[in-house]
Amino acid sequence: MNGAISHLPVLPVLVPFVSAFICLLLGAETRRAHRVTGIVATLVSLAVSVMLVMQAGSGDMMVYRAGAWPSPFGIMLVVDRLSSLMVLLTDVVALSAVLYAVRGGDSRGRFFHSFLQLQLAGVHGAFLTGDLFNLFVFFEILLIASYCLLMFGGGEGRARAGVHYVVLNLIGSALFLIAVGTLYGVTGALNMAHLSVRIAEMPAMDAAVVRAAGLLLLIVFALKAAVMPLYFWLPNAYANASAPVAALFAIMTKVGVYCILRVCTLMFGPLAGAGADVALPWLLPAAVATSAFGFVGALASRNLRTMIGYLLIASVGTMLAGFGLFSREGIGGALYYLLHSTVTYAALFLIADLVVRQRDDVGDTLVQGAPLHENGRISALFFIGAIASVGLPPLAGFTGKALILGAANFTAGGIWLWTVTLLGSLFAIVSLTRAGIIIFWNTSGTPAPSSTASGYRFMAPAGLVAVLAALVMFAGPISTYADRVADQLLTPGDYVSAVLRATD
Amino acid sequence: MENLMAVGIGTLVACGVFLILRARTFPVILGLTLLSYAVNLFLVSMGRLQGGAPPIVVEGTERYVDPLPQALVLTAIVIGFGMTAFIVVLSLGARFATGSDHVDGLPVLMGDHDSDSADGAVTPPGNQSGVVMNQASSPARDADGAEGEVR
Repeated sequence: MNGAISHLPVLPVLVPFVSAFICLLLGAETRRAHRVTGIVATLVSLAVSVMLVMQAGSGDMMVYRAGAWPSPFGIMLVVDRLSSLMVLLTDVVALSAVLYAVRGGDSRGRFFHSFLQLQLAGVHGAFLTGDLFNLFVFFEILLIASYCLLMFGGGEGRARAGVHYVVLNLIGSALFLIAVGTLYGVTGALNMAHLSVRIAEMPAMDAAVVRAAGLLLLIVFALKAAVMPLYFWLPNAYANASAPVAALFAIMTKVGVYCILRVCTLMFGPLAGAGADVALPWLLPAAVATSAFGFVGALASRNLRTMIGYLLIASVGTMLAGFGLFSREGIGGALYYLLHSTVTYAALFLIADLVVRQRDDVGDTLVQGAPLHENGRISALFFIGAIASVGLPPLAGFTGKALILGAANFTAGGIWLWTVTLLGSLFAIVSLTRAGIIIFWNTSGTPAPSSTASGYRFMAPAGLVAVLAALVMFAGPISTYADRVADQLLTPGDYVSAVLRATD
Repeated sequence: MENLMAVGIGTLVACGVFLILRARTFPVILGLTLLSYAVNLFLVSMGRLQGGAPPIVVEGTERYVDPLPQALVLTAIVIGFGMTAFIVVLSLGARFATGSDHVDGLPVLMGDHDSDSADGAVTPPGNQSGVVMNQASSPARDADGAEGEVR
């Protein structure tokens, strides 16, 4: 690497960070300038992440040593195929959230775009960092931004959901620090690649401590990913957040999923000696239970956004089950499904908001109400979103689930995964059909007079639906890329040597 | 010294967890604070405990402590301080938005503290969603109220 291109990995953190402070400096009264800054910054991030994916696609790792400290002492950003892909996914979702928010959602308070960009900086950093303590710091950045975004607009429901969310995440942070401290105390390392080497060399005497720290990390990431039994905060929080925020939060659970995948393959993989396969006995059962509870919760939901929240939980379970197989097919299939489901749920939260705006008497409660002002357009979007969420052909949810189930065939927990996924998809069809019938068909009276046409608001969810279509059309290259991500993850030696030998 | 430290951290964690499990926001915040103190002490002790040893190595230094955990603790303290400030403001906001300092934002149905019932912040139980949603947690709330009276 040479010249300007060698500073590419730090841009996904710097660009949102700087633009967040530009918004602050512009003052609270210049809403238009905030919007322009937000859109431009997100577009720049998107362009950078496309370049990162192209760079990483060749299989080379880019290691950015902040302050040029010799490896492994400084903080590093590491771009491999997985992290670059996750950054790109984040930016696609973020762009739709920003575009939706500039149609008025950002004017219910001040500095919406600052918080959103700060959150992006945190999420990008969490995906790119190669240092465990630095991961904690980026977690805190994205969390404090997410607290502000969740509470954005105020109100009773948000206050209640916000207290739960913040308290739970503070406890999670405490556990994270304990895990990091324990690992440092035993191994004397914080760099993830260095930790990987040190854990593998650990004498069997210290195995229990290392494994305890590994499981603590797993608990922390499972809380972020909303894995059973740590998901209870999610439906309420997401149902109360404003639409662009809920759409952006679709990526937040994936931060937890990413960290589980990264830590379990790099530090606690099958070759990790004392820490080998720490998560293996837990991951698949927890994932299947998450799916099961998510689908049942969706069936029992009384309003649309809670239902989407539960379906999101179920999808986290499905993809985690794929990762839990720790095979090339399982990880590749689950990654493909991850791309699809993140975009799907971001789109569904936006569509749910279009519904809510035109049902101002009943909101998103699933009871008979007035017909929507634009029943046709919104119901068409909802229909596509529902198909994508359930995993019916022709959309990519079908391919993703088929890949995961195929990989789970003839494995130990495979029968449970098959049962829960297939039966649960039926539950999802039933609940989404019920929601669709009640909202779009079972109506009485005339559209609420105050409801207005959505206009440009359609653009963001429609754009996400177009991304869903692209995921199907380019299913071949994308799933090949996902399989190559899996290859890279299953040979952590390359990552370790790239990081530990990094020089300029 | 190790034993003292271990007992101290354990006590802090126990008190913190006990307080976090309470149903009012103020004890919960205190519990989180105690927990973060315990975590900070734990992080310091991960650099091995040594009295009177400097964290900076210069020529001729024989005893020194690992400086990295101290840097980590500084970061953790700053972040913990910010988060505590945030959650104090948040729970004050929730107290005014929901009319109750219960973590589930339940309306105060029975008088449990004189000062609270006096300032008229009682929300009438007309808030359907709150009542329906929090059915499960109401026994805990009652138990908490009863305990408060005993004291």
